[in-house]
Amino acid sequence: MLLVARKDLRVERRAKIALGQVAPLALLILMVFAFALDANTSLLERGAGGLYWLAVLYGGTLLIQRSFDVETDDGNMDALRMSAIGMPSLFLGKALALFVQITVLELILGPGILLLYNVGVVDWALLFAAAIAGTLAFSVCGVLWGVMSAGLRVRATLLPLLLVPVLAPVLLAGSRAFETALGVRAGAGWTWAGLMFVIAAVHTALGLGAFGFLLEEG
Amino acid sequence: MLGANSGAKMTATPVTRVLGVSALAATALMAVLGLIVSPPDVIQGEAVRMLYVHVPSIWIAYGGFALTSISSVLFLRRSKRRADQGRHYDRLAGSAAEVGVVFTAITLITGMLWGKVTWGTYWQWDARLTTTVLLFVTYLGYLALRRLPAEPTVRSRRAAVMALISFVNVPIVHYSVDWWRTLHQKASLSVGRRPEITGEMYWTLLYSTLAVTILATWLIIHRYRVIRLEELRDEEGLEALIASRLNKDVGGH
Repeated sequence: MLLVARKDLRVERRAKIALGQVAPLALLILMVFAFALDANTSLLERGAGGLYWLAVLYGGTLLIQRSFDVETDDGNMDALRMSAIGMPSLFLGKALALFVQITVLELILGPGILLLYNVGVVDWALLFAAAIAGTLAFSVCGVLWGVMSAGLRVRATLLPLLLVPVLAPVLLAGSRAFETALGVRAGAGWTWAGLMFVIAAVHTALGLGAFGFLLEEG
Repeated sequence: MLGANSGAKMTATPVTRVLGVSALAATALMAVLGLIVSPPDVIQGEAVRMLYVHVPSIWIAYGGFALTSISSVLFLRRSKRRADQGRHYDRLAGSAAEVGVVFTAITLITGMLWGKVTWGTYWQWDARLTTTVLLFVTYLGYLALRRLPAEPTVRSRRAAVMALISFVNVPIVHYSVDWWRTLHQKASLSVGRRPEITGEMYWTLLYSTLAVTILATWLIIHRYRVIRLEELRDEEGLEALIASRLNKDVGGH
């Protein structure tokens, strides 16, 4: 598992796609949201949680796409299939690498919303728990649905179509939990964070069971 | 039963013709019962008639998606043994999902029309409505995956896994009205619970479910056969292409 994760992160460190391209683009999206809402500070403050997770969704989708493009472009998928690495390790390794990359993206987006949308944090523990739970859910769902569209000619359009309905509950739960953590809305923030952990756990179980079928050829 | 008349390249057989005529007659009777015989509701008025299409449609959608999941399991079991086996289960999964998607769309459209009359708006961000749209989009994604240009076995295997995962949404949609506080009313008919409606309305709703089931069965059989014909066309087209290429090579040398 760690071997696969290390390989993905090494590829990423050399290419610097997450830090060099996706993170600046996601930050730009935070700014574009402000333009769309006419820089209305009270609206931005109320919607900060949702806008944050939308930016993560956009950036995360690009990272998931990239994670499988590097496997299919030079026939690496065949090499992985023939290697002695078990399917569960492959799934978990890819998910771990994605988790690290999306966390890096969020470490840039987090201060972004605090500064640009002028919001403060009232519950740091909830904020971190929700961020970790959401990122876990994004990572495991990303690997499961990323492999579904891997190697297909129209994967760039297919992946978001498959992924967004699955991630919609994560987006909803993440937004609600962040709103509580940012003091915008009193509510069951911890329940929403818990829901994201449950979604992550369910998709991990599904991924461990299905990854072998999805990776098989012909 | 589902085998197409491949020689004549048609999707109809005497059995499906009878089924088709039965579906047409059953639907016509359903219109009479729903529009004339059944009385208007005390609270909802004439809008209640939408129920006779709306409720059976979502049941057919659930049934279609369940059939897709069962067929997908059978396909995965067969294709694990031999890659070229279980194609008929894959076709059945695809045709049931197509019909399920069509009936989910009908559910959404009739629900929105009913909402405009009853709630005064086409759309409410209600748990039942939102989860139904997500279900609809998820299965649109499934159908998109099935249509992609790719090696058929790989594509079918991925679609089968997706079908199994997507079916998790069905109980979420159905029980959303019980799990969350929603504007949408509770289920009119459910197993193990007293029905919310009685009398002519109850019987009309039951009959409508039967009529729509006959219609959906007829559609699934035809879609299955169309998919089979499409596969035959692709196979024959490929063979013809190889033959013409071989002839050209022989002629050239």
